[in-house]
Amino acid sequence: MARHVLLIEDEPNIAAAISFILSRDGWQVTTLAEGRTALARLRADRPDLLIVDLMLPGVGGLEIVQALRADPGLATLPVMMLTAKGQSRDRAAAEAAGVNLFMAKPFSNAEIVASARALVAGP
Amino acid sequence: MSVRKPPLFLARRSYRRRRLRDAARLLPVFGGFLVFLPILWAPAETGSRDTAPDGIYLFAVWAGLIVVAALMSVGLDRGSAEDAAGTEDEA
Amino acid sequence: MPFNLLVLACVAYVILLFMVAFAVERRAAAGSARWLRSPLVYTLSLSIYCTAWTFYGAVGYAARSGLEFLTIYLGPTLVFIGWWWVLRKLVRIGRQQRVTSIADLISSRYGKSNLLGVIVTVIAVVAATPYIALQLQSVTLSFEVFATAATEGWAPPDQGSTAIWVAAGLALFTILFGTRNLDANEQHTGIVTAIAVEAVVKLVALLAVGIFVVWGLAAGPADIIARINASPISDWQLQPGRWVGLTLLSAAAVMTLPRMFQVLVVENADERHLATASWAFPLYLMLMSLFVVPIAVVGLQLMPAGANPDLFVLTLPLSQGQGGLAMLAFLGGFSSATSMVIVAAIALATMVSNHIVMPVWLRLRPASAVSGDVRRIVLMARRLSIAGVLALGYAYYAVSGGSAALAAIGLISFVGVAQILPAMLGGIFWRGATKAGAALGLTLGFAVWSYALFLPSFGPDAVISARVFAEGPWGIGWLRPQALFGVQGMDPLLHALFWSLVLNATAFALGSIVTFPSPLERVQGAAFVNVFDADTTAPQGWAPGRAEPEALLVMAQRILGEEPALSLFESAARAQGKAGYLPDPTAQFIEGLELRLAGSVGAATAHAMISQLVGRATVTVEDLMAVASEAAQIKEYSTRLEAQQVEVTRTARALREANEKLTKLSVQKDAFLSQISHELRTPMTSIRAFSEIMMEGDMPQSVTAKHAGIIHDEAIRLTRLLDDLLDLSVLENGAVQLNLDLSNLSEMLDRALRAASHTRPDRTFTIERDLLAEAVFLRTDADRLVQVFINLISNARKYCDAAQPVLRISVRHKAGRVTVDFIDNGSGIANDSQALVFEKFARLTDQNRAGGAGLGLAICREVMANLGGTIAYLPGQGGAAFRVTLPLRLEKAA
Repeated sequence: MARHVLLIEDEPNIAAAISFILSRDGWQVTTLAEGRTALARLRADRPDLLIVDLMLPGVGGLEIVQALRADPGLATLPVMMLTAKGQSRDRAAAEAAGVNLFMAKPFSNAEIVASARALVAGP
Repeated sequence: MSVRKPPLFLARRSYRRRRLRDAARLLPVFGGFLVFLPILWAPAETGSRDTAPDGIYLFAVWAGLIVVAALMSVGLDRGSAEDAAGTEDEA
Repeated sequence: MPFNLLVLACVAYVILLFMVAFAVERRAAAGSARWLRSPLVYTLSLSIYCTAWTFYGAVGYAARSGLEFLTIYLGPTLVFIGWWWVLRKLVRIGRQQRVTSIADLISSRYGKSNLLGVIVTVIAVVAATPYIALQLQSVTLSFEVFATAATEGWAPPDQGSTAIWVAAGLALFTILFGTRNLDANEQHTGIVTAIAVEAVVKLVALLAVGIFVVWGLAAGPADIIARINASPISDWQLQPGRWVGLTLLSAAAVMTLPRMFQVLVVENADERHLATASWAFPLYLMLMSLFVVPIAVVGLQLMPAGANPDLFVLTLPLSQGQGGLAMLAFLGGFSSATSMVIVAAIALATMVSNHIVMPVWLRLRPASAVSGDVRRIVLMARRLSIAGVLALGYAYYAVSGGSAALAAIGLISFVGVAQILPAMLGGIFWRGATKAGAALGLTLGFAVWSYALFLPSFGPDAVISARVFAEGPWGIGWLRPQALFGVQGMDPLLHALFWSLVLNATAFALGSIVTFPSPLERVQGAAFVNVFDADTTAPQGWAPGRAEPEALLVMAQRILGEEPALSLFESAARAQGKAGYLPDPTAQFIEGLELRLAGSVGAATAHAMISQLVGRATVTVEDLMAVASEAAQIKEYSTRLEAQQVEVTRTARALREANEKLTKLSVQKDAFLSQISHELRTPMTSIRAFSEIMMEGDMPQSVTAKHAGIIHDEAIRLTRLLDDLLDLSVLENGAVQLNLDLSNLSEMLDRALRAASHTRPDRTFTIERDLLAEAVFLRTDADRLVQVFINLISNARKYCDAAQPVLRISVRHKAGRVTVDFIDNGSGIANDSQALVFEKFARLTDQNRAGGAGLGLAICREVMANLGGTIAYLPGQGGAAFRVTLPLRLEKAA
């Protein structure tokens, strides 16, 4: 069965790029452009991996991660966070919220695919 | 009244200006006297026909008052422009 | 002289006045009417004291009572040469308190009491009505003279219809120029200048007739003196009582007649003009009186017995075949009548609307003080009042039937308005005068005047029955209208003058002594009596901070108009050391605002309107102690400390604001790097990802093309961002090259609207423009300015959240500067964000990010600075509003 990833990213071109490379790697990719409906989708779809942008319109990436970590059914979901800011302060905040992997933009495609696989395979 | 007391003696120029204001206050009183003077001249009983001389007198007084007022207004105007914020209640 | 020609001359003359008034208003609006407000124009405008009653009536008066007519002009002469006493103080108070009428002066002095405003208004209207009727009659009579003298067989017009045409024409003229706008200080430059022209016409006309009589009909001054001595006029004997009484009466009237107060105080443009008027106005009066006796004497000699001496000025030249001279005299009389009626109507209408209509309206609809369109209501009230005043005058004329009794009307009116004198003089010289005293005195004086002089003037059995005249009401002998308290055999006019003023002044004085003034009365009393002291400002007791400055601004705009209100608020904010248009609602600011509003709607109404927003003023007796003279010494000292304190507070405030801004800026500076990084990395990410995909090859052609397209778009986005940053840095360093040229503002707006329509093309926007005002050529850098316009329009397209978005672009120019406002109907920008929108990357919420990097308004601000202008957020417009201000002609900076 194909591994399922939920991607929340507001820049349409970046979302297109990530979903292109991941689907080529055999993932089933669902994309959301904003954070408000994220939790509902997570509960409904039960994906294997969440890739979320830090700066999102409406509900931000950090808030989503905090909320899902508080949800017993989602607490163990692996989360990869993307950001274009990449300051150390943001990284610390993301780790405190429970992000498994923090990735700065721009990234290499190979890196994304490798990280996604590694996160789903488990620690 | 005020903390900086007005000086006891004034410079010549402001002294002049203050007397000019006194004169300006007196002018209408003086003018009133001159205008009412004809009352004392010809009591109604005498019946003397003095309309023409009275008229000439009144117009002369009138012209005189206008000239004096014109002369004073120049000085007063200049004075009030110079010390716009000056105290008004000097004696 | 054909009658048609006469009507034609009248119409031509009125059109000339129209043109004068119109041209002057135009020039005043353009800000180049300095010379029109000269001491000469001021003095000539005062000449509305000389009405048709002077022009025609003085000769008749002289024919009947010799030199007595001179008292009417000697009284004002004494007042004017004594200007240092009273007039100077009245004018200063009028300017300082922004008084709009004599009723407003009295109302404002006695604690902004509207009751007093109403009483004075009623007195003024009742007293002026017969006087206006007199003017209408004089015009009608002079028409009739030409009618009967004409040789052609034309039908003399109906007297009543002439009067009604004249009344309607005057109402129209007055409404057109008296209520065109609700000036902040109620000045009517156009009308005043037209009045000055009329003053010259009537003086020239009377002098021409006089010279014709003395040197044309008689053989010079010596002959005239001989004729006077031979004339029945010399039978007249000077009556001491009337001589003194009438001189004092006219002295009082020249200060209290509403129309005189209007030109003397309200229309005064510069206090120093009074110095010139102090001698020039008496000179004018003297010249007007100079030939009165000669004309009367020669008229009595030459005209048939029974000819109306009131019309000698007209009939004498006509009987000698001097048609042209008669025409000039006719126009002089016409001038005298029209100028009086116009100014009186304006003055009375201001009183009626400010003291009767507005308070009633505010009471009925209290909420509309803030939300309603007050300006329209006030203007409508004024227009109706003008029509009403003239209708009253016409009605009086029609009812009294144009009787000869009208000749005495002038003096009856004088006694009526003289009732205001005690309250006025008491108010400006006596701190102890109170509202109760003033109300008592005014009412009593008005009642006595009505009973003893005004109502009897209609004749026995008209209003008061002949029995009451003879025996008194209910047979009480000492209440007979013309023999009050048993004083018999006195001249009826003197009798009424004496009793009304004695009772009025006594009631005023006693009432003031036994009652206790309210704090506001004491504040105003001190401000009026000590108007020349440098510092008489007392607390009005407005609680600071209670009112929303934005609500105050909205109200001020409704009354003063948008432009003056905004500039008032802006300068107040600047004085507080704040940027923008919203000053803190300090007590001082609210007081200043109240004063400004008082200049438009009167003190009482302004006070009531402010109270609705701020809450009741609370002045305590302790506050007043600071004003009281006992505390003056401490006060002066503390005032200086206070001034320093205020200075320190202001500096501290400016520092605090600067500090706050710096803190915010430093936070932003931090964010700036992070933002730059973010804005650069985002397009980079797409470029890198898709280029890596493409590098792997083996893609169908269509997919590759799509990916290349994305890479291309993102590269362009990067370039644009870098362009913006570079642009901003060039602009900030002032190193920008401007291409100055003449460009049409309207075309620039067209260009901007076209370019901005690419933003959110899915939204249909209604654009409201004022093409007439836009038709102006600017010397500026058109491309740069269009860049600013595009930005503002695109922002509106992006952020305006109304369902039916409307963008209003309004243009104004004055004093070499042009303002362009862009106002949409969305929810606007919150107060605390208004100062930040012009900062870099200051997109207010991420929610609204619409592809821009948040540099647009920052660039606009820098562009405008380079174009010698400004861009600012305009609060209180009911939506997001930006104002671009720039010079009409930008000179190349050195």
